[in-house]
Amino acid sequence: MTDTTHDQRADATLDCSGLLCPLPVYKASLALRQLSPGQVLHLVTTDPGALEDVPAMARQTGDTLLGVERTETNQLFWIEKGPHR
Amino acid sequence: MTDVATAPTEASGETRPRRLALVASKGTLDGAYPPLILATTAASLGWEAGVYFTFYGLDIINERRLQKLKVAPLANPSGPVHYMPNLLGALPGATAAATAMMRKWMSDASLPTVPEFVDMARGLGVRFFACSTTMGVMGVAADDLVKGADIAGAAAFLDYAADADVQLFI
Repeated sequence: MTDTTHDQRADATLDCSGLLCPLPVYKASLALRQLSPGQVLHLVTTDPGALEDVPAMARQTGDTLLGVERTETNQLFWIEKGPHR
Repeated sequence: MTDVATAPTEASGETRPRRLALVASKGTLDGAYPPLILATTAASLGWEAGVYFTFYGLDIINERRLQKLKVAPLANPSGPVHYMPNLLGALPGATAAATAMMRKWMSDASLPTVPEFVDMARGLGVRFFACSTTMGVMGVAADDLVKGADIAGAAAFLDYAADADVQLFI
């Protein structure tokens, strides 16, 4: 996984700060269901496990992880909904 | 990352969703979380997920008991009161104290309660199998179970688990 700087558009934002596994993946999954394929969810987390979990979720669901950014306190993800969900 | 996770089926070569099959055998508060977390996560990933609740694990989907699951401090060196001599876990009130402490941990960490997790799992379509033998042995009636649980024996669960990609006994 590479940290990249993004100027990403997002169709929805989900703040999962303070939430531990499995809630970020659970809530991201519910949020992605509300989007159409090709739309982008911006996910904010504080659980360090999310750095492994969110890419794993994308591998399993066929969503595309467009970008990951780490700040001092947060992990930021941009997830494009795949065609199969 | 464009292909959704699927597994090929034996006969047709077509693909089906991945499947998780769990056995939940523990009826303690701490023992209820792992199967519920795994099943909820699997369903969030688009997998099929089913949990076979057997022996004390049946309490997790027993409406009369799922609100009252406890942590046993006796013979549990990792429990919330691990800094006390373990034998003190046998004292009256020790189980209640350990249970209260774990509930506070969970609540402080914003983790859902067991009943909330059960609802989340059901909302995602996780299949609940209630072990019919346990029901007979422990006197659990069909009305005691949370809605949507299927009463089933070992053969039915094995039939489900045989087509699973991940099977775990918890």
